[in-house]
Amino acid sequence: MAERRYRSASGAPLALRCRQHSASCRELAVRCPRLQLRSLSAVTSAVWLAAYGLFVLCENSVVLSAAIFLMLLGLIIYLHCVKIDQESLLVIGSLGIQLTSSYASGKESTTFIEMSQVKDVVINEAIHMQKVIYYLCILLRDPQDPQGVSEVVPLFQSSKPRLDCLIEVYKSCHEILDQRKTASQSD
Amino acid sequence: MVLKVFFPSCCSSAESGILIGRWISEQNSAVILAVVHFPFIPVQVKHYLREVQQVTKVSVSVLGSWNNSKQEKEESLSEFLEDLGTIFSHEPWIQISKEGDSKFWNCSTLQKQSDNHREEEIILVYYDQRKVMLSHLHPTLDTADHRAEDASKLSAIFNTVADSKVLFMTDRYDDGPIKMTHWQSDGVEASIIVELMKQASVPACMLLTFLLSLVSGVCNSRVLKFWPLSFLWSKLSTCEQLGHRLQHLQVISSSKKAQNQTQLMRKANVFVSLLIDVALGILLMSWLYRKNQIGHLADTLIPVADHVAEELQDLLQWLMGAPAGLKMNRALDQVLGRFFLYHIHLWISYIHLMSPFIEMILWYVGLSACLGLTVALCILSDIIALLTFHIYCFYVYGARLYCLKIYGLSSLWRLFRGKKWNVLRQRVDSCSYDLDQLFIGTLLFTILLFLLPTTALYYLVFTLLRLLVVIVQGLIHLLVDLINSVPLYSIILRFCRSYRLAAGVKFRVLEQQDGKPLRLLMQINPLSYGNVVQTYRLPTYSCYPKDSWTSLCKKLFLGELIYPWKHKGEKQE
Repeated sequence: MAERRYRSASGAPLALRCRQHSASCRELAVRCPRLQLRSLSAVTSAVWLAAYGLFVLCENSVVLSAAIFLMLLGLIIYLHCVKIDQESLLVIGSLGIQLTSSYASGKESTTFIEMSQVKDVVINEAIHMQKVIYYLCILLRDPQDPQGVSEVVPLFQSSKPRLDCLIEVYKSCHEILDQRKTASQSD
Repeated sequence: MVLKVFFPSCCSSAESGILIGRWISEQNSAVILAVVHFPFIPVQVKHYLREVQQVTKVSVSVLGSWNNSKQEKEESLSEFLEDLGTIFSHEPWIQISKEGDSKFWNCSTLQKQSDNHREEEIILVYYDQRKVMLSHLHPTLDTADHRAEDASKLSAIFNTVADSKVLFMTDRYDDGPIKMTHWQSDGVEASIIVELMKQASVPACMLLTFLLSLVSGVCNSRVLKFWPLSFLWSKLSTCEQLGHRLQHLQVISSSKKAQNQTQLMRKANVFVSLLIDVALGILLMSWLYRKNQIGHLADTLIPVADHVAEELQDLLQWLMGAPAGLKMNRALDQVLGRFFLYHIHLWISYIHLMSPFIEMILWYVGLSACLGLTVALCILSDIIALLTFHIYCFYVYGARLYCLKIYGLSSLWRLFRGKKWNVLRQRVDSCSYDLDQLFIGTLLFTILLFLLPTTALYYLVFTLLRLLVVIVQGLIHLLVDLINSVPLYSIILRFCRSYRLAAGVKFRVLEQQDGKPLRLLMQINPLSYGNVVQTYRLPTYSCYPKDSWTSLCKKLFLGELIYPWKHKGEKQE
């Protein structure tokens, strides 16, 4: 169980943790930076100052209670649906690949892709906003066309690690994926 | 190759015995369904398994042995279990043993016919048998394109457990020759209420079918198909909604059992939708009939109609003057204005004639709200259409006048330039006109051109009013559509029993120990709410916009009559 520090595409610090459960099972987790107290207090004070300014203008206390309510609602929605704490990849040779995103409120959203659907795991380039970034993705097999790719599933979308971290994950994944190729060749 | 063993978590504390289940050789995995305890006679076990195989079409066989020793390791028992492998020949013979309360089990395989001894890695996957049995995997593979090699591995496992219901009927507490442990061993589950409802539903369905056949016989009778009545039925949205609900009732009360999961869910959704609709309708009715709300409504209806008529009269007076500073053609203005004013006068007299009967009509019409909230909303939409009938008439007059003017203008414009519309060839051809034809044509063109602003203004005003009414009706129909199509039963099922609707599975890695097989827990990943609504949406006769924005604007410009909402199933004009 090793934890190494990397950076994301925008410069935020990330931590990659690699765990080997058995010869054919590996778990790779990328931890994103937590919610900062200073940014939270900055947003809260800005919203409440604006609400107080409106209250002074229109003398209606509904504005203040509405601002508090909206602030709370916005915070809950942000923590439950937007802020991702950790993204992990569980590769089980011969079963499949599982992607998990855990949100700041504790919610986890999981997707499991069976090994028969996985064609390959590659690193691609993409234009994102004004930058060119690298991202890791899983290529899914097309049932009709054996050589074709039916879908591309990008990984680590919210943490966006840089190339060095991606190369580590890529090598780990391929150690297990190549095992199934040797297994199918020897049968 | 890696060997995967799917072990039901309910059998973790079972006593020693042999494992029965299904061996899927393409995936090198064994799905264990139950544990058969000692003492048993091997011949009887084989006979029982053959019977089960015939009924369920699942190739159930003895896969291995299970040793749960609560005391120290018993050497003799483990040798006995190995010898069992020779009686029940299965390749490979799986041996799982558990010591005391340890979490980490020993799992090994015996390959008798292998030439090279490979150390196979074994993965032990625990699954909750009851949940996997009741769950339904999405996206559903229809039987049409069901191919064995394309079927996903997970669906094979889910189908194995779901199809083996017969196996779970006998238990170790029964007095048969076979004593098994599976998910029912924790206590056989059944519900008295569900059984009673199943018994009561059969005569209820038969009664409902009989009543529905009577009703549909009346509806389809020839009396109602004569021209004025059939035209009326097609225009009223209430009749369409009633027909739709009748169809739903027929679906529910049909005596055929649902073939597969989709049909079962559709029936359940329709039933819950009808129930909620009727409940909301009865709620609305109780509110309407309490404290004489109908009387209040009837009392406010006439003043509202009067108010609308007065506003229209004011509008027309404004148009007859100099609206927004524009100068109108005095004569045409007065003619059109007086024509429309007379129309409004007729309408108001008609409403006043009806006023003593309004309350009674409303009272009886309100009773129909007990058929459902959707019916009440459709009736509201129809009442709005009837009350704003004069706006519709004005719109038609204005549109026809404007349309005639536009066609006249375009044809005379072509004459101006020396061209003509060739009806045969559907194109514009040049044509030589006589001098008098040209003279009269130019005169008419000038007249029509200078009368255009007046007509255009009337057309614009009444089109806007008509569009307002259409938008209000459209919103009501949208609400009706929503109530008709939302699959409430599926949403409640996803909320309360989320394992029934599975989008997939998720694995959790449990504590590991070196040298022991990899332990995983397989849980069901439920479908998201958006996917639930999308998959199980009820089909409706939904109304959606007939034209795109460009063709709508073009029609408005040319003065063609617009009917923006089209119902599914209506003939295309």
